[in-house]
Amino acid sequence: MSQQTSVLYDVPGPRQRRITLISSLVAGVVLLIGAYFLIYKPLDDKGQFSMELWGPLVDPSNENFSLVWERIGLGFKNTLIAAALAIVASLVVGTLLAVLRIQLKSLARRRFTGMATPLAYLLRGLSLLLSAVTRVCVEVFRGLPVVITIFFVARGFPEFGISFDTLWYLVIGLTIYNSVVIAEILRSGMEGLPGGQAEAAAAIGLSPLQTTRMILLPQAFRIMLPALISQLVVVLKDTSLGFIISYEETLNIGKQIIGVLDNPIQVYVVIAALFIAVNYSLSKLAQYVQRRLSRGRKTANLPAQQAPATALISQAEGGGGAGGGGN
Amino acid sequence: MGVLIDKFDVFAGGFWLTLQICVLAAIGALILGAIVAVLRISPVPPLRAVGTGYVNVFRNMPLTVVMFFAAFGLPALGSNADFLRIPVIDSLFTRLGTDLPYFRFALIALVLYTAAFVCEALRSGVNAVPAGQAEAARSLGLTFGQNLRYVVLPQSWKASIVPLGSVIIAMIKNSALAGFFGVVGDLSATADQLTGAEGYAFIPVAIGISIGYLIMTVPLGALLDRIEKRQAVAR
Repeated sequence: MSQQTSVLYDVPGPRQRRITLISSLVAGVVLLIGAYFLIYKPLDDKGQFSMELWGPLVDPSNENFSLVWERIGLGFKNTLIAAALAIVASLVVGTLLAVLRIQLKSLARRRFTGMATPLAYLLRGLSLLLSAVTRVCVEVFRGLPVVITIFFVARGFPEFGISFDTLWYLVIGLTIYNSVVIAEILRSGMEGLPGGQAEAAAAIGLSPLQTTRMILLPQAFRIMLPALISQLVVVLKDTSLGFIISYEETLNIGKQIIGVLDNPIQVYVVIAALFIAVNYSLSKLAQYVQRRLSRGRKTANLPAQQAPATALISQAEGGGGAGGGGN
Repeated sequence: MGVLIDKFDVFAGGFWLTLQICVLAAIGALILGAIVAVLRISPVPPLRAVGTGYVNVFRNMPLTVVMFFAAFGLPALGSNADFLRIPVIDSLFTRLGTDLPYFRFALIALVLYTAAFVCEALRSGVNAVPAGQAEAARSLGLTFGQNLRYVVLPQSWKASIVPLGSVIIAMIKNSALAGFFGVVGDLSATADQLTGAEGYAFIPVAIGISIGYLIMTVPLGALLDRIEKRQAVAR
């Protein structure tokens, strides 16, 4: 929080600084009193701060300490595995989908002249159909909640005699949703590039596929890197949905621990702290990358910098700000 | 496909309940998010710290954890969320007044979680207003309130409407989680009920449920795309 905190205030003078200091003290005291009476006291009255409940989580000499943390460690490992698999799979599928959609779009403009008329019509029809199908798929899977997608995968696959480990249901469910989102991120990145890039590539004789692969995609990845990292945060958070299909991730393990020790609030505080620590560092990384990128080249002026509406807005920090600057 | 017709009232009921959650949560999240945004851009450091802390905590926590906190933490704080039994409103949104508190808990969790994103959307809008605008307004002698009303907010509103919309869409999708947290009868709980306990064929139920969600999310997304395109042209 430097001088640039807000456009709303001038740099404060001595009088304003004094007022700020006084109101800070008042606000701080009021907040502390409020927190004490509204949160600390009721919890303390119910004995939520007793060592009996916290002990297994924070006291190394407690008999359950090592066991509890071993379980939490296992759960967190499972969460990370699911998240890593899902993000890698979504990146691969998402990239392919983005390339496919770009290719289909350029195909839709082609007239296939020089071929027999029926064949040309057939090819045009086919490419239009394919592009419509991918469009519908994207809209549908983007519009469905991830929970529902995961649930459908876990319920639907066994119905057709395909059954996996619950890990794979979770990964497939997450991949379906996130690959579509990533495809949209990359596609809007590629479409936001200056038209000259594709024209120059065509001028030196690259085929459309080569243009996408060698010219557009690398740049789109670069510009969209912050948005992609933010998507990683989303994936990590969404792995917690694995509990509805009873995959043994952090929350599920937490539930088991609560079943034995009966200390829900304490366990969830610890789990929340774990998630916040990891995701906060990831968001900071995304911001850092964004800053480096916009400093490195003048990509900040590209309209593509504006994050696509789909990618939640965990990247609201840069996305809305940089794009909306209108400079 | 028979289940879609036989159980149409179940699907419709689920849709209506999900819509109720979404409308209530959207209102709550917009209000709370605006308050947090005001805290985050206030000149008083402790308030700013509270706002920043709130956003960092809730934005980085899975909604699932927030839901669990609402379900376990609120009773421990001695509250059954009865303050949400608002007399006139609960005759329209009947679930607010029931004795089972899960609907209210899910609602609170959704509001708390979404408010962090709403705050960021609003704040990014304010930050997108060029500093010179507010400076010019100040040098014209506009007071703080006038500055906000006539100069900053009208411009920031334009920059934040699209992010806000995508936050609301994400919230509609997140509301599906409520069905797995003891809220009986919303769309996702309906999916579970029909394919699990009642043993209907999977595909028709999946189609029905999907349509229910897509009716809410796709038109809103299309609307946002239009607004975004129009703004891009205007700029």
